[in-house]
Amino acid sequence: MEIPYTYKARPDTGLYNAKVGIWLFLASEIMLFGALFSSYILLRVQAPDGVWPEMRLGWPHGLLNIPIGTFNTVVLISSSVTVVMAWASLKMGKIAAFRRYMILTLMCAFGFLGVKSYEYNEKFTHYELRLKNGEVHTGHLEVNGKHPGFWSFADIWNLDRLTKEKVAEVQFTADPPKPKAGEAHAAEAGHEHVAKAIKRDEISRLEAFIPRNHNFFAIYFTITALHGLHVFVGALVMAYFAFPGSRMWRTNPEQFTNRIEVVGLFWHFVDLVWIFLFPVVYLL
Amino acid sequence: MSTATSTQQAPAHGHGVEHHHEPGFWQKYVFSTDHKIIGIQYGLSALVFLMFGFLLMMCMRFQLAYPGQKIPVFGSLLEAMLGDAAKGGAMSADLYNSFGAMHGTIMVFLAIVPLAFGAFGNYVTPLQIGAPDMAFPRLNMASYHAYFLGGALMVASFFVPGGSAKSGWTSYSPLATVAEFGKPFNGQTLWLIGMVMLITSSLLGAVNFITTIIQLRAKGMTWMRLPFFVWAQFVTGFLLLLAFPPLEAAGVLQLMDNLFHTSFFLPTGLVVGGDQLPVAGGGSPLLWQHLFWFLGHPEVYVLILPAMGIVSEVIANNTRKPLWGYKSMVYAVMSIGFLSFIVWAHHMYLTGMGTKVSTFFQTTTMMISIPSVMILTALFISLWGGSIRFNTPMLFALSFLPMFGIGGLTGLPLGFNASDIYLHDSYYVIGHFHYVVAPGTIFGLMAGIYFWFPKMTGRYMNETLGKIHFWFSLLGMNLVFAPMFIQGLKGMSRRMADGGTTYFGADDIAIKLNTSITHAAVLLGLAQLPFIVNLFLSIRNGRKVESDNPWQATTLDWATPTPPPHGNFATEPIVYRGPYEYSSPGAARDFTPQGQKV
Ligand code: HEM
Ligand SMILES: [Cu+2]
Repeated sequence: MEIPYTYKARPDTGLYNAKVGIWLFLASEIMLFGALFSSYILLRVQAPDGVWPEMRLGWPHGLLNIPIGTFNTVVLISSSVTVVMAWASLKMGKIAAFRRYMILTLMCAFGFLGVKSYEYNEKFTHYELRLKNGEVHTGHLEVNGKHPGFWSFADIWNLDRLTKEKVAEVQFTADPPKPKAGEAHAAEAGHEHVAKAIKRDEISRLEAFIPRNHNFFAIYFTITALHGLHVFVGALVMAYFAFPGSRMWRTNPEQFTNRIEVVGLFWHFVDLVWIFLFPVVYLL
Repeated sequence: MSTATSTQQAPAHGHGVEHHHEPGFWQKYVFSTDHKIIGIQYGLSALVFLMFGFLLMMCMRFQLAYPGQKIPVFGSLLEAMLGDAAKGGAMSADLYNSFGAMHGTIMVFLAIVPLAFGAFGNYVTPLQIGAPDMAFPRLNMASYHAYFLGGALMVASFFVPGGSAKSGWTSYSPLATVAEFGKPFNGQTLWLIGMVMLITSSLLGAVNFITTIIQLRAKGMTWMRLPFFVWAQFVTGFLLLLAFPPLEAAGVLQLMDNLFHTSFFLPTGLVVGGDQLPVAGGGSPLLWQHLFWFLGHPEVYVLILPAMGIVSEVIANNTRKPLWGYKSMVYAVMSIGFLSFIVWAHHMYLTGMGTKVSTFFQTTTMMISIPSVMILTALFISLWGGSIRFNTPMLFALSFLPMFGIGGLTGLPLGFNASDIYLHDSYYVIGHFHYVVAPGTIFGLMAGIYFWFPKMTGRYMNETLGKIHFWFSLLGMNLVFAPMFIQGLKGMSRRMADGGTTYFGADDIAIKLNTSITHAAVLLGLAQLPFIVNLFLSIRNGRKVESDNPWQATTLDWATPTPPPHGNFATEPIVYRGPYEYSSPGAARDFTPQGQKV
């Protein structure tokens, strides 16, 4: 038994099965990310006026690294181009060129993930420190000369852990203050970039830039992680087609070309999500 | 199964099969990619879950009628398995909540949808459109496996410390998060992971069904020649495809709240048990409700549309008449599909959305009842002047009509926000949706089982047992669900572990009805025994079918050998006419199959 139209187009629809399937799947993906973006909008709109961290629940601005984000955007867009080139090479019957373009695409994909994990790590090692006198600082933290690392999830504000490990004080290096409009580079003048000892008893709350700190981080990490998962799975599938899966080129070149087209469509979608994600979380 | 007599016994190969080596047991029954086997896998699993969900409810019903007393038969078993939650074999309030949440979840996501969409959709759709299989057979298998895994997780969740999820099938935040706050692997977490599995399964299924219907229709099977059943499955596929992802998103967000203590659904300053919850806050409980009901309402049409499809097939076949208004039924089902995406907040009138928003959703809700009534009316008119064959499938199909009618009509007062303010979260709502889903959808599904059983096995199910099953079920269903309208109108809230005794006092009529409902539920349960016996005995001992088309039906599913072999059709089917050419004037017989040329 053979299923009709697995790679030949059905005359009246003009499509082969997998192409219908991937478009339907992408429709459901749009609903998935659409729901997450809607949640983002709702959470942000209902956040109180004022800017985090001064205003505890205000929405943060300018926390993410825009140059790095821009770089990653370029990387991902390039990979969308190379995956089309890979498909076009197959259409012209050039399997070697196909493989070269696939390798480029894969490099972009893993490059993107590498940069993303660097960004994640930066956030995980960055702290918001609230003192009992009401002051709020963000910066880097050392406990007993070491970076404290990822904090346990059960101990919400990390104070229990400090108590348990009998930490009397922590070393805190505050971020340079953001230049305010009109005060050009006031920062460099007054601020010295040195660690300051802060007593355990002065601290009312201590938290890294991790999801539970604030809904901004929560939604940022959730959407970008889900997107990253898509990048990762897409890259695995492409790696398969670039190497072991390309055997099919010899037995059924038409079906193989279709497979690359379908993967390509998925990859464009992943790219498109990022094109929305970047301005929404980095710029706005 | 393969001993069935058959007028056109398949020469074992369908379209262009060269070799046939017998697959082993695992290949054939566990890792099968044949849509018919997968359909049967779905069907049997779903029936088991249907029974499981029913037994959970029986324990709850006992608790409602006799609060705090030892549950007969199951009490000791529960105590042995679940420990303190069922101390002395009686039900604690926590256990009541657990069972309630899991009853809803299991019935909706593990029983009805898999039976209506997974089982009937899988078995019948490719046959009716003249396809050799689904478009993506391996995806189809993966879909069943994801479903099975999700179901296993749900069942396992009863045994984790703290018990299964207990915040209702709707799993409202913040309750769902704070119920077991700080214990990462609680029942709620497993519920969420299980749901993600089930959603994945549905998405794979939906992609597969829609692609199959678009791409694999036989030659001559134009859109307006599709049996109504296929249309119903097609629209159901779109509902699952587009409505489930937002719930998946919501599930991921709630999982973040539970595991990583984010505050997506947790408002600022939440106090639990006297202490402020140590989370950042700033989230929105209403966001969960919106995301949930964005799925939730289309989901109720996922529950009903396949049943409508089955009932249409059975009615056309047993009245020996074309369906009245086939085309308007098709347009109606499409409108239902569209409209069901913009009515969701009628479940949320009491959340303070504001009158403008409520008015919008009230209007769309009234609009969606129009196409529903169109379908129902078309089916009623189809009966007119028919020489009806009152066999078991037809009895179930016929009673679907008034039962669904009662369910739908009682929905209208819920759709108007003025009356819903009084009725919301009362037993009236329970009565409403059970009328639609239980004597509605389940009867439709039963009609389907009795109707297609001869195609699956080559034997009829027993008519006498079938009629006993039908009449007692009809009686039981109504005795269970009709009194709930009265209870609701008297103001009895749903989800109360003692049934409301503390609130009403034991002498109130609403409380007395609790006892009678429980007795009726026992009757309803007993009425299913003839069905179970019938289902298993008829596989080997049922009366053999006389031909491949025992009901003398017109659609292509009856043009296959019995049971259909791998690849389905002996010769490639070609379609020459519409799906319901019964009693055409001038025709030789009172039915003209779709594949018959002249
Ligand atoms: C045809 C017209 C229908 C209308 C106007 C309607 C209206 C409503 C409304 C307004 C509610 C919310 C009541 C409340 O919570 O206060 C509701 C609840 C419900 N309806 Fe319907 N409905 C209709 C058909 C259906 C169908 C066909 C099904 C399923 C097969 C269904 C299943 C449900 C369920 C499951 C609930 C309760 C959900 C819960 O709160 O747990 N309804 N209906
Ligand atoms: Cu609804």
